[in-house]
Amino acid sequence: MSSGSHHPNLETLAGRIEAGTGVKLAHCYQCGKCAAGCPVGDEMDLPPCQVFRLLQLGFPELDEKVLRSEGIWLCLACETCSSRCPQEVEIPKVMDFIRGEALKRGIAHPKSKDILSFHRAFLDSIEYTGRLYEVGLVADYKMRSRHLLKDVMLAPKMYLKGKLGLFPHLIKNRSGMKTLFKRTVGKG
Amino acid sequence: MKIGYYPGCSLLGSSREFDESTRAVLAALGVELAEVSDWNCCGASSAHVLNHELSLALPARILALAEQAGITEILAPCAACSNRLLSAQQELAKHPEMIAEVEAAIGMPYKGTAKIVNILEVLDRLKDQIAAKTTKPFTKKVANYYGCLLVRPPRVVNFDRPEDPQSMDLMVKAVGATPVEWPFKTECCGAAFSVTRTDIVAKLSGKLVKDAVNRGAEVIVVACPMCHSNLDLRRNEINEYLGKKHGIPAMFITQVIGLALGLDPVTLGLQRHMVPVNV
Repeated sequence: MSSGSHHPNLETLAGRIEAGTGVKLAHCYQCGKCAAGCPVGDEMDLPPCQVFRLLQLGFPELDEKVLRSEGIWLCLACETCSSRCPQEVEIPKVMDFIRGEALKRGIAHPKSKDILSFHRAFLDSIEYTGRLYEVGLVADYKMRSRHLLKDVMLAPKMYLKGKLGLFPHLIKNRSGMKTLFKRTVGKG
Repeated sequence: MKIGYYPGCSLLGSSREFDESTRAVLAALGVELAEVSDWNCCGASSAHVLNHELSLALPARILALAEQAGITEILAPCAACSNRLLSAQQELAKHPEMIAEVEAAIGMPYKGTAKIVNILEVLDRLKDQIAAKTTKPFTKKVANYYGCLLVRPPRVVNFDRPEDPQSMDLMVKAVGATPVEWPFKTECCGAAFSVTRTDIVAKLSGKLVKDAVNRGAEVIVVACPMCHSNLDLRRNEINEYLGKKHGIPAMFITQVIGLALGLDPVTLGLQRHMVPVNV
């Protein structure tokens, strides 16, 4: 999506979203197709079309309402919305961006904690071993989220089916992974 | 035929049978796999949530390693992996100004020239051979479940039809199965919420299991490890949500084809499923 001679105003959240994702919020004309097809739309306090409407208006207090919402953490990035959007707006990209913004401002919805713990445990596993170590991921998630008893019955069954390795798969170039994380996440 | 191979993390662990059955079927069809050496995780459903640059650099490292090995085409059977590889490759093609930073992060030159293909594309090329070598037709009614990442977003994956895909239906027909018509082909299973929001997975996956059963399907056929683990590992939660015990198994497309080719069920990893496969 080319912005031509137009430069987004980085003072506003809408402008930063455009600069960061290439998505112009004004392209959404509120047909509601995204919310209609969203598999978790009925679980969201603000469905995608309402997120867009509030952000389009450009008032800081409405931006904040969006950033504090639980719904933005429920987006599964299934891409149903963006595939059906008549304007081809890449909604999941905006969801990723505004979740980051909510974290930066320290106003992410409390229910985002478990979801975040999972993603952080996932990325930590990759940073140290290069590949996802599922046993380590689940153990790390349990420690972070304090859901210690969740799925304790599933693990032995998975082990018997040969689905759980007892040791992580280490890639050879682990120092390269460290550099990769330092130069991406580390800049954050 | 020789083709590059990126198994991805799930295929080493919770979806080992997808790796086993892919290797067995392709070997039986004379395809040689060249695994990308020292490959890393693609970042899957987590990297893009927390850091956009990371979600580009992780797939870029895999593609760069493949390029170094002279691989021009990579099979990524996992739908999430193939989707992440394609997304990163296209974004970097669109924004070449980002490549220098990515190369610095991965410590390797990156061109982005390797072609990324999913398992259905590879099987489709081999369909005449598959039909000719079918010794035990898979005469079941099946619900083909494509999920999200194989077909969406269409501008990224450019594969099949995003709303009513046909490739897997044609493939199972070629080995004797009868696909049911159903509206859940590309509905989301709940994806990466398996651990954090199991309630959402039970509901979303539950709806599609119920519909598959109502339409007379005997097997749900998948081509994505995340879909499979939600339909298989989370079946207790699904059945609890539905208030009814559903024993319909979920099988990988490669397992269905492997059985039709007369391969041994254990080689195809059928014993690894939580919901027993009695076919």
